Amino acid sequence: MSALYAAALRMTRNPSDAEDLVQETFLRAYRGFGGFHEGTNLKAWLYKILTNTFINQYRAKKRRPDQVDLDDVEDFYIFRRLGGLEAAEATRTPEAEVLEGIPDSEVKEALESIPEQFRMAVILADVEGFSYKEIADILDVPIGTVMSRIHRGRRALQKKLWDYAERNNLRPRVESATGG
Amino acid sequence: MDCQETHLRVYEYLDGELTVWKRRAITRHLDECPPCAEGFTFELDLRRVIVSKCTEDVPAELKVRIARALGLVESGDATPE
Repeated sequence: MSALYAAALRMTRNPSDAEDLVQETFLRAYRGFGGFHEGTNLKAWLYKILTNTFINQYRAKKRRPDQVDLDDVEDFYIFRRLGGLEAAEATRTPEAEVLEGIPDSEVKEALESIPEQFRMAVILADVEGFSYKEIADILDVPIGTVMSRIHRGRRALQKKLWDYAERNNLRPRVESATGG
Repeated sequence: MDCQETHLRVYEYLDGELTVWKRRAITRHLDECPPCAEGFTFELDLRRVIVSKCTEDVPAELKVRIARALGLVESGDATPE
């Protein structure tokens, strides 16, 4: 349930809506259990209800389906900026240390700031670990669309995290600290 | 399989969405190309960090609310001991 709540929170971007969404999801799942076919993935089924409920409520509330597009960002965005793909002499990836220094709240905010259609795909893939096929079923879009949304959403997220790291001067042992 | 082709497939590879044959070709490239291998490792680290930083605790009152809504407990005295 905590995963479902986390997904709801990333979708709605506020705790009170997320709570309502989770409650509504459980109610619909409970009522609609007759529509569940044995052999189908119970978790995916629950997320489909969550997603549909979110989309219906969200669309009903906002009345504009958030069709913002994303600028395409190159792959390995942060890694390249930290010199990774050019200078590969290091035995470990200190680049990853930078990520640990980003506060939870900033990561959540970065994820929540991605346009809805990309955000949903990234949440389902990364946070929930669904396969492309399962996500296609949950979101009712072709697999190619799922792939494109996941890939672009992840890169956009990566760029946002990098922007944060750069603003806050989070770098792996490139410059030594000047302060005490 | 060259570096560029490998980069294009990074997410599908890490998501386990490639055919066995394509997967093997990329693994072979990663074995021979440390920069690409590190890039892949980084992407994996990135995902791990994102997942670990995006967890939430379910508010206790939400659990109670849902249990009540589903009729699993009597409304009124559903506070967990």
